[in-house]
This record gives sequence, structure tokens and C-alpha cells, in this order.
Amino acid sequence: MRRLAAVGFTTREACGNSVRNVTGCPIAGVCRTETFDVTPYADALTWFLLGHPDCQDFGRKFKIAFSGCRDEACGLVRMHDLGCVAVVRDGRRGFEVYVGGGLGTVPQQARLFDEFVAEDRLLPLAQAICRVFGRLGEKKNRNTARIKFLVSKLGLDEFRRMVTEELAILPHDDRWSAYIPGVGTREESPLRPGSLIEIESMNGSTPEGFKNWYATNVYRQRQPGYATVTVSLPLGDITSPQLRAVADLARKYVRETIRTTVEQNLVLRWVSEADLPDLYRELKAADLAAPGAGTIVDIVACPGTDTCKLGISSSRGLAGELKSRLAQRQFEMDDAVRNLRIKVSGCFNSCGQHHVADLGFYGVSRNKNNYTVPHFQVVLGGQWDKNGGAYGLAIGAVPSKRIPDTVDRIASRYLADRTPGERFQDYIKRIGKAACKSMLDDLMVVPPHDTDPSYYTDWADAREYTIGDIGVGECAGEVVNPIDFKLAACERETFEAQLALESGDAGRAALLAYQAMLHGATALLEQQLPVLGADPDSIVDRFRSDLVETQLFHDPFAGPKFAQYFLKAHERRGQSVSNDRAHQLVEEAQLFIEASHGCYARMRTQPPKPAAAV
Amino acid sequence: MQHFRVKIYAATQPGFDASAAIPVFHRWIQNNVLDELLIDVADYAHVPAGPGVVLVGHDAFYGLDHAGHRTGLLYTRRTALDGDTGSRIAQAYESALRACRLLENEPEFSGKIRFDPGEWDLSVNDRLLAPNNDESWRKLEPALRQFLDARFGPGTCRAARIGEPRDLLTVSLRSAA
Repeated sequence: MRRLAAVGFTTREACGNSVRNVTGCPIAGVCRTETFDVTPYADALTWFLLGHPDCQDFGRKFKIAFSGCRDEACGLVRMHDLGCVAVVRDGRRGFEVYVGGGLGTVPQQARLFDEFVAEDRLLPLAQAICRVFGRLGEKKNRNTARIKFLVSKLGLDEFRRMVTEELAILPHDDRWSAYIPGVGTREESPLRPGSLIEIESMNGSTPEGFKNWYATNVYRQRQPGYATVTVSLPLGDITSPQLRAVADLARKYVRETIRTTVEQNLVLRWVSEADLPDLYRELKAADLAAPGAGTIVDIVACPGTDTCKLGISSSRGLAGELKSRLAQRQFEMDDAVRNLRIKVSGCFNSCGQHHVADLGFYGVSRNKNNYTVPHFQVVLGGQWDKNGGAYGLAIGAVPSKRIPDTVDRIASRYLADRTPGERFQDYIKRIGKAACKSMLDDLMVVPPHDTDPSYYTDWADAREYTIGDIGVGECAGEVVNPIDFKLAACERETFEAQLALESGDAGRAALLAYQAMLHGATALLEQQLPVLGADPDSIVDRFRSDLVETQLFHDPFAGPKFAQYFLKAHERRGQSVSNDRAHQLVEEAQLFIEASHGCYARMRTQPPKPAAAV
Repeated sequence: MQHFRVKIYAATQPGFDASAAIPVFHRWIQNNVLDELLIDVADYAHVPAGPGVVLVGHDAFYGLDHAGHRTGLLYTRRTALDGDTGSRIAQAYESALRACRLLENEPEFSGKIRFDPGEWDLSVNDRLLAPNNDESWRKLEPALRQFLDARFGPGTCRAARIGEPRDLLTVSLRSAA
């Protein structure tokens, strides 16, 4: 730790309920489209809030991001608790400030808090927001403790009013603006003279593979003669000899500066273009010259079942498999397909950022043929650019082993059916979720275990993905419990809710989402005792007493979170809903049904209650 | 010195697939093949010249390693051992060799991989207690030489320090026997 601190690294407040690592665009300062370099502002805010007394009593973490452009992906500010986009107004530097974004189980887009916050007001505003969050944010229930829940609860206008009040009484702090005179004076500078190269005229004189690498991993900076190089890391992994090699290259070609990216890669900035062939050769010698940065082969995955206790399916296993298959044909692909982004999470928590991918996947499980089968929900329609400007929605669960086919199917249909120049997100929107789902219907089928046992294992794991002591049905055949059909019907209902949302009918979407949860709860209750009548209040009462208070419905890690989605939806049923709220309800219904599958799996493994208790 | 690493090199035949180690290592866990606490299997086969497929144990890692683009069984001791330096080296080597023999006999690898017990590297995975310098080598060499003479025959094994100063203290060992 001392050695890290000696070179300016700290692990302080890297975890826990604190202001986490402040992030920014990896090409800030060299970007061709940015308004200005956000780096010094991100740096100032980092050191200002690190250890700040107003940031020590949060109920949950707080993430901040900076972007220099509104329309690019940049810092993905729309999915952060606090996001700042560079703007200039009347010649003055400032920021468009967003609050309350986040992915997680129920993603929310950050909302515009202020169209223009002058640069000297940014730090006090962040401090005031932290104070309000620290004072009013949820502390007991971690599941509702992020600032997005506070903003939703108070409403943006009330939240803004409280922050403004707080801002007015903040004691002055010189640090708010002390760094500003230094902005622009500590920018990165090149190590070697810039030199333009014309790649097209370098026929025969470049190393093998250079042009493919150049096409995807090199970004021409706005400073003529310089380029930013992305070092693609497979699933973000790098060995210690490779790290030393990167350090050597950073010393040799740039001024010892390396940035990391949210896509699990490294970037070297300020590389003289004339050095690119030599740099490529040296990266290649270190096995670090893989092409395809920012394309379909540059797959992001969270740790998943490898090391995360929340992981349901093997996100890294799937990502590795997809990468291996896609890399073999990446240069035969049409650009429209090659430029798609794939992101994989091992569960609904979205650490792999599946919501903002073209093709997103998150791990779930399904009970099929009396076994538990690893699946991934397919999430389509997410938007990477515009700072993560739109979140995709799940269209259905596909067995893990059919995900590579799913990617091929969607990509080939997109290529065949797209109108000239049509982007993937627009294509998905145009054809609609029903067509997307029907595209995959046959891939959702799980063959019996005897026919193909490979479906019953996960990627990169040879063990059967099932609860080992579960026996087959009494007839020794493949018995399907009626609850499987009922929960499948709930999934269809949730999908219908998505379709209603897509058609702009928020009210119907909310109703269907609520009904899906109600029917899911009913199906679970009927596993214990017949449910007499369809009175929602009675069902909710029994759900609360039999499944919530007994903790049978509790998720092993999220606790009663998903049960609360249903209980809250029941309380609020019949109320008018906004489009955002309907979107949230659909997400919640999806998660409730997933939790119902989990609850049913637990019920199967529990010994039957004594007759007297029944 | 503690925390020795041993990599025993292997020759592979067409049809060799490192990912086949995943089910093999899982079987070793399930059947308690190594008589030690084995925990999980980690797949790094997607990393070029990387650690490959790793069997994670409480006391040691066993990996079908591909560092330097050469396949081998990498044994990485994690917990401390009793005894002197020589006996710790012996323990690491024999544990690695045992795993090699088991792998060769697994149906997934039968005829596809052959380990050479006379071609191996020894590293000291402890930069604080054994930095990669001449002094550490002077401390290590007598115990290593004693082990080599006893295990491979007097004077039959060549030992040469390899790598660069930033690497772990590593010795390449080649037995003429």
C-alpha cells in the first residue's frame, strides 16, 4: 500500500458506502469532438471528496463520471449517481449535471439536474448533493439506498430545492476553485515529436496484422501526428509479464501514462503516429496486439460465477466462448455487425453493463425437465453512445449453450433486414420486441437431459448445473411440474407488458407487470396449499405470511428485495403511472419472476411440512 | 524460503486441448484425488501465453500453464511448509510431478501430453523474502543443489538463473538423465 501511495495510487474509498473512483472519458484531452478536457475537473473532484467529512455517512456507494461530449459514450454519465458533461456557455466553462442514474437490478437513467453549472460551482454543488444524500438517503435497506431511490422518492424538483438550500448554507471552501487556475497547465504532453502517417500508402511496409489492428485499436487524436492506442485485454485479464511490458512501452513511447477503460482495456495516448508500427511489433511480442477494440469481439463480462457469490451463470465462460468463436471471423463480418457491442453479466445486477450493450446478457436459471438449467436473459436495444442514453429490456431467457447461436441469429437477421445505414438499436426498435422474441423461440427450447446433457452444464464448467440430490419424478420419466407452466405464463405476461410499453401504453404495461407478479405469487402459494379465489388482497396476505415472513421467498443475497417489488406494486395498483415508472415496473416484474424460479427451487429442496402443519 | 513454484514442461500432440483440463480438475476436486483441500477451477485459457486452466487449492495452485508459449504443469505453493529449504523444494517438485503423471493418465489427455520431469523451472514466489538478486541465489543454491543431486544424480542437472531482474527469482533446470 505504501508503494502504491508513493506513486499516487490509493485504495481509500474504493469500496464501501463512499464516493467511488471518479471516472472520465479515456480519451479526454485528445478527443476530436469534446467540448473541453474534463480530466482536471474529475481529478479535482476526486481529491476534494476523498475522505471528505460530508461523504462518510452514506447508505450506499456513490459513483461520479465526467464526459467531454454529450453524444458519444465517453464517461457513460447517464448511468451514474452524479454525471457531468462539459459545456461552454457565453465563453464560460461549465457542466451539464445529471443525478440519480444507475444500472443494477432496476436501472434508471440519470436526470438532468442543471443545464449549466459553472466550473467554479461544480465542487460545492457536488458537496451539497453529497450532504443531502448523506442526510436523507436510505441507511437500513441497502437495496433502496442509492441516490436514484432518493431522487425518485423526493421527486427531482424537491431534491433540487433541497440541494439548492444546502448549497446556500455551505461554509466556503477555498478548494472549490483553487485548482481552476491550474486547469490546462498540467495536461499530458508527448514524449516524441508528432508525425503523420498515411496507412493507405504503407502497402508492404507494415508488420503482418498491422492494418487490422490499426483499423480498430488506433484513434487519431485531434493533435496532428498523434494517436491513442487501445490495448485490448481478453475479458480484462493481463499477466504480470504483460503488465511490465506495457510499463516499458509507456516509458518508451509516451510519457509513462496509461489509462484504463470501462471496457476492461488499457489506452496509451500521445503515441507519435510514426511509432505505431514499432509499437505494434512490441505489443505483438507481448501478446497484446489483439485487434477488435470496441467491436463485437471486445466483450465485457463481470466475474460471474467464477468468483462472485451473486453469480448465477458463467458470464466469463460465455464471454470467452463468444470471443473465441467471433474472433475467428471478425474480418469477414460486415462493419454493421462487427461494430456491435456485447456485454455479459452473471446475474441481474448488471456489473457487466448489459443494459447499455447492443447485445446484453445476464445470467438466470430455469427449472427444465426436473433439472436446473443455466440460462441467459437476452437484453436488446441498449444504447452505448449518448453516454449510455437508453437501456435495453430483456426479451426472453435462452439456455446458456444456445447463446452463441443467439448472437449469430440476431446478427444475421439484422444484416439481412436492416435498411441502408440503419443502426442496430433503431432496427430492434423498428421490428419490435415480439419479432425479436419470435426470432429466438426455437433457441429457447431445452432438450431432455438424455438427449443432450451439455445443456445442463455451464460454460467453462463441466459439472452438471443442478441440485445434485434432486430425484426424477415418480414415473422415472421427465416430469414437468405445473408451476413450470405457470411461471412460464408469467414470463409471457411480462413480455406482453414490454410490448405494451413499446407501443406507448404505460398503463397497460404497468397492469400486466403487476399481474405477472400476482400470478407468480399465486403459483408459488399453490405449491403449498390451493389458493381459493382470485382476490389480490387475500393472495398478497398469504404471500406475505407464507413466503415473506417465513423468508422462503428471500433471495440468498438480496433478501426481501424482490418480494417488496410485488408488495409495493400491489399497494400502488390502479394509480396512474409515468412511462419511466412503467418501465421500472416491467423490470421489477422480470426480477420477481426470476426470484419466483429461485424460490421454487428452494421449495423443492426443503423437506415437506408435517401434515399437522399443513 | 517458502512459496516455491515449479513448472514442469510438456510436449503436446495434435488434438491436445487445454480446456479439457476443466472437467479433469473438477473430477480431482470431487474425488479428492490429491488428498488436499481443492476448491475450484479457474479458466484463463483465453489469455495468450497465460496461466491456462488453474485448479485452485487451499495450499497450492495447479495450472496447465502456457506462459512463454510453452505448455507445462505449474505448481504454485501458497501456504508455508515445515522443514528446511531443500525439503520444501522437494515437496513442490514431487507435488508437481505427481499432478503431471495424473494428468497424463486422464482419458482427456491420454497420448496427447507428455511431461518431461527433467525439464523444469523453479521460482521463489516471494519478492520480499527472496528478491531476485545474487544474495537470494546464494542462499537458494546449496539447498537446490543438494536436492538435485539426490533426486537426479550427482552433477546430472544443470541449473541456470533465467529471466530479468523484475521477474521472480527463477532457475531453469535441465537434467541429463
